[in-house]
Amino acid sequence: MSRKAVLRLERLSKVYGEQPPVWALRGVSFSVRRGELVAIVGPSGSGMSTLLHVMGTLERPSRGVVRIDGVDAAKLSDSEVSLLRAKEIGFVFQQFFLAEHATVRENVADGLLYAGVAAAERHRLADEALERVGLSERASFKPTKISGGERQRVAIARALVGRPAIVLADEPTGNLDSATGASIMELIHELNADGATILMITHDVGLADQLPRQIRMLDGEVVSDT
Amino acid sequence: MSAEGGRLRLEDWLRVASVGLRARPMRAALSALGIAIGTAAIVAILGISSSSQAGLLAEIDRLGTNLLTVEAGQSLTGAPAQLPSEAPPRITLLGDVQSVADTGKVEDEKVYRSPLVPAADSGGIQVRGASLNLPSVLGTGVARGAWLNEGTARVPVAVLGAVAAQRLGIDLVYPDQRIWLGGQWFNVAGVLAPSPLEPDIDTSALIGYPAAQKYLGYVSVIAGAQKAGPPSSIYVRTVTGREAAVQSLLAKTANPESPYEVAVSQPSDVLTARAAAAGAFDSLFLGLGVVALIVGAVGVANIMVISVLERRSEIGLRRALGATKSQIRTQFLSESILLAVIGGVVGVLAGAAATAIYAGTKGWTIVIPVEAWSGGIASAILIGAFAGLMPALRASRMPPTVALRTA
Repeated sequence: MSRKAVLRLERLSKVYGEQPPVWALRGVSFSVRRGELVAIVGPSGSGMSTLLHVMGTLERPSRGVVRIDGVDAAKLSDSEVSLLRAKEIGFVFQQFFLAEHATVRENVADGLLYAGVAAAERHRLADEALERVGLSERASFKPTKISGGERQRVAIARALVGRPAIVLADEPTGNLDSATGASIMELIHELNADGATILMITHDVGLADQLPRQIRMLDGEVVSDT
Repeated sequence: MSAEGGRLRLEDWLRVASVGLRARPMRAALSALGIAIGTAAIVAILGISSSSQAGLLAEIDRLGTNLLTVEAGQSLTGAPAQLPSEAPPRITLLGDVQSVADTGKVEDEKVYRSPLVPAADSGGIQVRGASLNLPSVLGTGVARGAWLNEGTARVPVAVLGAVAAQRLGIDLVYPDQRIWLGGQWFNVAGVLAPSPLEPDIDTSALIGYPAAQKYLGYVSVIAGAQKAGPPSSIYVRTVTGREAAVQSLLAKTANPESPYEVAVSQPSDVLTARAAAAGAFDSLFLGLGVVALIVGAVGVANIMVISVLERRSEIGLRRALGATKSQIRTQFLSESILLAVIGGVVGVLAGAAATAIYAGTKGWTIVIPVEAWSGGIASAILIGAFAGLMPALRASRMPPTVALRTA
């Protein structure tokens, strides 16, 4: 494959506590190339949330290396790794995490708040991102006035607004009914077809099967990678 | 990749700092209220005492500080001394003296509204013979009616001091208005305005020297001739700035034979001392203001602690969006300072308004000392920083994963 790896994990381990130590991740290695759509699937407690946080540089691994776009995250200071997150990583959470007092456009624009982009440019890019997720006409609404599916679209637009190297989605359909969830999955496929690299965590094997690549995890280890 | 890229611009920083206040305006208003009350109390106390001082100083300015009073003191044996009758004309001849007036207190004469009033109810009103230029030298206005003139000074006519008129129950002057003065009727020609420099005038019924001589037998013998007098108080207006020079000469000039029997004073000193006392603020109320400020600070700290706990998911999200620890710390610290400063500004405005209203009713110039309002704002900033420090540190130290998990 000629495409470059945007995310590379090398023998990643994470230990919590000391007596007794709990191994959340045990020697996880894989890489994700630009333009891939990957599902990480496994039962609760298999270490997927920890993996998401470590991949997203929100947490440092006990051992191993995380490279985002070739950069070793462990070698960066807090402000450097924060800027890396601001520019190269987009997050989508199960609970959306939208600011209720701000409009949809402001919520999306805040995806670039810490990336050093001027307010006018942020709003222009936010409108663009909202168009990509099909919510242009909701731009001036407050999140409390739109549906759950629309809220998750706003959150996805926020993750995509800066065109990050990779989008990490944590159970993005977990809080939605199946029809709405299906439309979100459709959107994720569309965005991927449009060039976005998306890595999605899910407990739902059926959902994972719809994606081109699945990494199955159990007890902190990768058991299969298609 | 430079760390510069992640720095917030001022408008973004202000927007982020006010997120919590905009999300919960009622809570923000209530927690800022404590600081507002404390600041208002302090500003109002300092403002009112300064305005009252300014009012007194303005009055001193109006009355002038160049008035000196010469009065009969005591002789060496402790007996009351007398001023020579020729003291006023002698003082007039001194250099740097602009004008001289005098009054002579007629001892043992009382004033009543009518002869039917019991003799003991004299109301403490003195009878004084007065030179005709007395109001102009003292700077005392005529509140009602007219001052004495060459004609009325020779007949049983009196002008009442402000307090004397009040004690006699006379607040209107009409042609037949009379008082029972020294065992006979005197017509009341007028009532004087208050005389802050010479409060003795306020409690006096003033009559002309010729009338005092003719009707009350107030005479002294000079070179074999009878003349009204002697004066008991001499009021001297000097050239401004030359008060001390004139003052040092007054005793010797008034009574060359026994200058130590003469008491010389500068009445504006009393007002100046009163102004200084008015400028000293009430420390009890100031203390209460400080207590209110401390309570307000505790309120802000409390709100910030709760806010950090409640907004864990927001903190986690911001970290995920690329906020550094220091940006999270700055956000919460700024929010706390902003909250306190809003309280401080509202407090300063309320304190200034209270001062303006109070000073307005008293007719004083409104003075809000710079230290009061700048100190109010500065202490609000300090309180905000102090109250927000621990919560902000806690927020910045919160691991983003913990913050996101506890949503």
